[in-house]
Amino acid sequence: MTTTVPRTSARVSEAGGSAARGPGHRRRHPDRPPYEAEPGPVAKTAKTTALTVIVLAVLVPLWTVVVTSLSTQAAINDAGGLVLVPGELTVKAYTDIIRGGVVTRAVGVSVLVTAVGTALSLAVAILTAYGLSRPGSLGHRPILFMLLITMFFGAGMIPTYLVVAGLGLIDSLWALILPTAVSAFNILIMRNFFMNIDRGILDSARIDGASEWRILGQMVLPLSKAVIAVVGLFYGVAYWNAFFNAVLYINDSAKWPLQLVLRSYVLQGQAVPGTTFDPSSLDGGQTAGLAIQMAVVVLAMVPVLIVYPFVQKHFSSGVMIGAIKG
Amino acid sequence: MTAAPQAARRRERAAAPAPQVPTSPRRKRPMRARLREDYPLLLMCLPVVILLAVFMYAPMLGNVIAWMDYSPYVGILGSDFVGWWNFQRVVADPRFWHAVQNTLIITGFQLVFFFPVPIAMAILLNSVLTKRVRTAIQSIVYLPHFFSWVIVVSIFQQILGGAGLVNQFLRSRGLEAVEIMTNPDTFLLLITSQQVWKDAGWGMIVFLAALSTVDRSQYEAAAVDGAGAWRRIWHVTLPALRPVIILLLILRLGDALTVGFEQLILQRDAVGAGAAEVLDTFVYYSGIVYGDWSYAAAAGLIKGTVSLILVLGANKIAHVFGEAGVYQR
Repeated sequence: MTTTVPRTSARVSEAGGSAARGPGHRRRHPDRPPYEAEPGPVAKTAKTTALTVIVLAVLVPLWTVVVTSLSTQAAINDAGGLVLVPGELTVKAYTDIIRGGVVTRAVGVSVLVTAVGTALSLAVAILTAYGLSRPGSLGHRPILFMLLITMFFGAGMIPTYLVVAGLGLIDSLWALILPTAVSAFNILIMRNFFMNIDRGILDSARIDGASEWRILGQMVLPLSKAVIAVVGLFYGVAYWNAFFNAVLYINDSAKWPLQLVLRSYVLQGQAVPGTTFDPSSLDGGQTAGLAIQMAVVVLAMVPVLIVYPFVQKHFSSGVMIGAIKG
Repeated sequence: MTAAPQAARRRERAAAPAPQVPTSPRRKRPMRARLREDYPLLLMCLPVVILLAVFMYAPMLGNVIAWMDYSPYVGILGSDFVGWWNFQRVVADPRFWHAVQNTLIITGFQLVFFFPVPIAMAILLNSVLTKRVRTAIQSIVYLPHFFSWVIVVSIFQQILGGAGLVNQFLRSRGLEAVEIMTNPDTFLLLITSQQVWKDAGWGMIVFLAALSTVDRSQYEAAAVDGAGAWRRIWHVTLPALRPVIILLLILRLGDALTVGFEQLILQRDAVGAGAAEVLDTFVYYSGIVYGDWSYAAAAGLIKGTVSLILVLGANKIAHVFGEAGVYQR
């Protein structure tokens, strides 16, 4: 790079000169590489428009859902459905939900399953990833192979269902955790990260007599906060969002997680079986229910929105590079 | 990205045969000594072995019911073996082939209309110079990936459905409302746009990582040679992305028989089995809903086996083309 400096600096002054000539032109971007010409107004507008459209395509739907959940019935009637421009606001939908009880119970189930599931999966993943991370350790190849196979060949829905049913887990919340507790992909991300930790430090600790448990707990884990955060997010989001496991294994609607209640209310437009709280038949009919339906959508999004910013910054770090490779 | 994992892989490969080459004394050490040294590591792997054995390998063996006339009332031990009868029924069933056809159409369609989107978006975003703007856009477009399919389908229904935002607008202009959520003819378009909304942003992450490792002097050399912005994308950026693109293409081809199960089962009722029945939903309905367990297990086993062959085959092809492929330890 340094050898090219004279040539590029010549180009900089040239490009800078041309940019300086037009008084209406914006200052040349400091990060723009010297060889790159300042884009013309058409290209610039096209690019800005494309990026704006992409960002709005994500944000506008989320915005109208949140606004609708906070709108009064009158505001929803005025809009004829989803509200884009906030009018009269209220938190009635949320207080109704809390009074109705069905949704709060479902939130409780989802929180419980997510918390226990994530803790269990993360613990299993950390232990496995470390247990498989030392090249040449006794028996690690067959175990690794056993794990890898599950990435290429799934057992299939029917036999898995029969095993879960055979264990008596139907209508048990463990059915929402145990069958999906192991993700080979997540474990491999973590193993990859552990294997890139400088082995010299770990080996010298081992020679000094530290046990494997101590090395894992006191040396490896403190170095691995980023990968634990990311894998924890992956597991947490998977448990929180899972809905089909509950369709399969949970017949008792009192144990339904939030996603299933959401499906009932919004996509099927009906009450949860065995309950009377039905958003679409509340006073005012369809539209009064809309605020409640959207409030349930918001509730289902909130945990993700809370955790996401804290973990998101690790996506760009080395963690994801292991993830890509799998 | 290309450089980093390759380096990591090289390191791993270098590390893997290590016990055989430089530390060969290790190899010669008696089993008991190795066990004494490594048993904590084995103990750490115990939970995963148990979970895999119960929830992965036991069901794999449970596929034996595909050769039985299984009835839940008598269990596996009481059911009779019937040879290949269930497989013959599956292969003779037009509904099965219809599901196969739908699955392949969806895969093909998404390969053309979903797969390139994250690549294009990554190249576009990579050209944004201000780091703060770039990071902000990234955080926003990654987000939908973390929402459940129930949420995504709900949002789409509220916007595109009969009483949704779009129809509201059309009606207020005196135009005729369009029914998108329940129309089998446009279903392919609908599920692909849902996938784009949910996952295209997240899909960028791999390509952005790859782009960040491209040597800038290559762009410079191309520019000096007179290549404009588009030609630099064609001759420098895309070749740099090639290994990642091929890797993801293989993964997608290996998964050709798996298309968004949760996404489809949520919308099968609204749009009907004609357009929304894919292999996974077919297995679910024939087995769990209609109780023809052995038949569904046979269909699932056919799918699993063909998928396995597809992954291995695609990987083989990648090796032939001199790419790293998915697995190689």
